[in-house]
Amino acid sequence: MEPRLQPLETIAYGAIGLVTFFAIWTIVVLSGAVPHTFLPLPTAILTRFTFLLTHSFAGATLPQHLLASIDRYLGGFLLAALVGVPLGLLMGWFRWLDDILSPIFDGLRFIAPIAWVPFAALWFGTGYGGPIMIIFAGAFSPCLINAHRGARFVNASLTEAASMLGTGHFRTITEVLLPASLPSIVAGLRVAAGLGWQSLVGAELIVAANGIGYMMVQGQANLQTSTVMAGMVSIGLVGFGMDRLLRLAERAVGKRLGRPA
Amino acid sequence: MQAFAETWEGQGDMRPRMRRTFVAVTTLSALGVAWFVLTTETGLISSGRFPDPAATWAAMRQLAGPGYAGSTLVVHVAQSLKLVLGGFLFASALGVSVGLLMGWNRKAEALINPVFLLLRPIPPLAWIPLAILWLGLGDAAKIMVIVIAAFVPSVINTSTGVRTIDPTIVEAARMLGTPHWRYMSEVLVPASLPAIFTGLRLSLQAAWTTLVAAELVGALAGIGLVLNVAQQDIYPAMILSAMFVVGVLGWLMTLLLGLVESYALGWRTA
Repeated sequence: MEPRLQPLETIAYGAIGLVTFFAIWTIVVLSGAVPHTFLPLPTAILTRFTFLLTHSFAGATLPQHLLASIDRYLGGFLLAALVGVPLGLLMGWFRWLDDILSPIFDGLRFIAPIAWVPFAALWFGTGYGGPIMIIFAGAFSPCLINAHRGARFVNASLTEAASMLGTGHFRTITEVLLPASLPSIVAGLRVAAGLGWQSLVGAELIVAANGIGYMMVQGQANLQTSTVMAGMVSIGLVGFGMDRLLRLAERAVGKRLGRPA
Repeated sequence: MQAFAETWEGQGDMRPRMRRTFVAVTTLSALGVAWFVLTTETGLISSGRFPDPAATWAAMRQLAGPGYAGSTLVVHVAQSLKLVLGGFLFASALGVSVGLLMGWNRKAEALINPVFLLLRPIPPLAWIPLAILWLGLGDAAKIMVIVIAAFVPSVINTSTGVRTIDPTIVEAARMLGTPHWRYMSEVLVPASLPAIFTGLRLSLQAAWTTLVAAELVGALAGIGLVLNVAQQDIYPAMILSAMFVVGVLGWLMTLLLGLVESYALGWRTA
């Protein structure tokens, strides 16, 4: 392995990489090798982005589309966490429940979350309920699996001490298993947040009448590459922000409770 | 962790594996019976919302025989598999190479990483509209999104794998004067292979999800198109059949990669 680079060297190389990336992009467009409608200049995307911040496209401004998406997203993500985490803990504690539910989840795991779109639309419509079900389908299994794994690998002396002291099932789960598996649960939530966000975008591309995915589909239909790319930038920014937040939470929990199992 | 899991499994029961299989079979049969009772027998769940077993069987036979959404099951499956495997192989070959380079050469990593960090937060599914704008509804657009989806996990896991190689091995090779290419093929790659396979598994999963989504948005053939047409026709039995096919194909591909992995990692006493 080579020696580590100096911090300044890392920054310099990084800057060279970024400048090269944007320079190639700009040269390709300016040389006329591809038309502007096909690949706009980086600056054109920025202009389009700021334009969409205040001007309505496909029925709403960019912040309004984003808010509609985030609204759905929070609904689906919270639902997945509120169902998945307790169920995972229960499965980690009660062996019979694990034995019964595991085969079902093992089977469902292989169905791509996005394949639930037709049933979601059929059962809950395309407004709010349908997309929420898709987010749920994407975010549920990391919530469940990590809570389950966390609960199963809790130090046996803790659970044995609890049962020796006559602690009931409910209190063992809430006061021993939950805190002990928290690092694993938070790690699962972070994975779930990413998968849920991606599922939401997919759902909005297929069925929805507002939201950031819908805005991009409309941009595509109107052959506005800059709108599509501005949408990609916003999706990336929101996803990045959420990941950072959960990473902070993960670190805070890890510091207090030791490393995840 | 592995040893711990095994002792845990062994607690209490004499034959935990047999017991688990028994419970699994019982659960799945009970689920089948419940499906029949709730739909066909009592009609508690209307056939407009969820199909009964007979209708699902009929839809599967229709998909297999005369065909649905333009062609038969074999054609749809062949189309989807061709794209997902082609895109996955290309993306992982590229991703593993870039990952090896980034893990091996710190300058290359410093150069590539910022661009990578810039593009990474954009989920693969968000590339679909751009792919359609650029390349239309045909195979090329699908391959583009699959490659984007599958590229990222293989790069990340490969470079992490190289970075976390035991320094003793690296130094031993250095000290023995191993030439560059032998060092590459006999130390670097084998030692990071477990991490590379973790990346490949994630890549394959991402590729499959993305393809199904891309076909749902617009396609001329493929299992995602079957889902899409079944949704527009409000044909729950066909939706369920197509989902079943999506699940089985996902399972088969994971199984296949697992076989390749155990073959490639045979030297590890796992």
